[in-house]
Amino acid sequence: MKFGVLVFPGSNCDHDAYHVVSKHVGQPVDFVWHKQTDLSQYDALIVPGGFSYGDYLRAGALAKFSPVMNAVKDFAAQGKYVFGICNGFQILCEAGLLPGALIRNKNLHFVCKHINVKVENKNTPYTSELGAGDVLSIPIAHAEGNYVCDDETLQQLEENNQIVFRYCDENGETSDQSNPNGSRSNIAGICNLDRNVIGMMPHPERACEELLGSNDGRDIFRSLTKAIAAKN
Amino acid sequence: MKAKVYVTLKPSVLDPQGKAIHHSIELLGFEQIKDIRQGKYFEVALDASLSETEAQETAEKIAKNVLANPVIEDYRVEIVD
Repeated sequence: MKFGVLVFPGSNCDHDAYHVVSKHVGQPVDFVWHKQTDLSQYDALIVPGGFSYGDYLRAGALAKFSPVMNAVKDFAAQGKYVFGICNGFQILCEAGLLPGALIRNKNLHFVCKHINVKVENKNTPYTSELGAGDVLSIPIAHAEGNYVCDDETLQQLEENNQIVFRYCDENGETSDQSNPNGSRSNIAGICNLDRNVIGMMPHPERACEELLGSNDGRDIFRSLTKAIAAKN
Repeated sequence: MKAKVYVTLKPSVLDPQGKAIHHSIELLGFEQIKDIRQGKYFEVALDASLSETEAQETAEKIAKNVLANPVIEDYRVEIVD
């Protein structure tokens, strides 16, 4: 089993993701520079957070033209795992691998704090080790995390159980008060129809050690590792 | 030859920056302003050898694939000499 962490100019959570995979997941992992086009040795790719291309034009908009992204589309089409976190989620939406888009937070602020998310779907390769309705404390750090999509897309996401995480309070109640950025329907993370591509604004890689305030993110990486092992 | 490309948020998409600008303008005393939506404007210099139709098509492609995200934004292209 091998993980790859994509690195674009301006990625800045790549080392955190690498650290979690090597230290807590205990699996081999490489940094994958955005000019690389051969991804055949990897089972899962993490598209990390940061400010790829300085967020110029729109967050994630220019990263989708990096040479690696065509390979990522093929990789995803083969059913392999693509895990977008924060800027990674924005890139996957811009690249059309996930529906919808992420726009400026409703309150215009860059929000950097621990928030709670509820596991809405535990039947994904990323949440199998979690319970439905579990509330996780995971930090967010973004200015463009406001998930938007049209009514039809929202309906499809609901019907196909593609909403994986929703912002909530500590009791698991979703409300406007527990929505840190104005995301439609409190959406914090979604997956594609095949469940192999996921994107989420919260940073589970920053919540894998008690020292950092929470280790609730670990089970997401454990779930993914289990899914890869089962497949291999 | 130049293409002017205007990118605006779809009417259904909330524009928090436009709202903040509107609020500041209200504070200045311009109470008669009803709404402000923020957009982007691009000037694309094109090879003079292109016909107007070719220039329009090229700029439309650029607008659709790069300058705008059609999920949230509309665009409009104007070709000028």
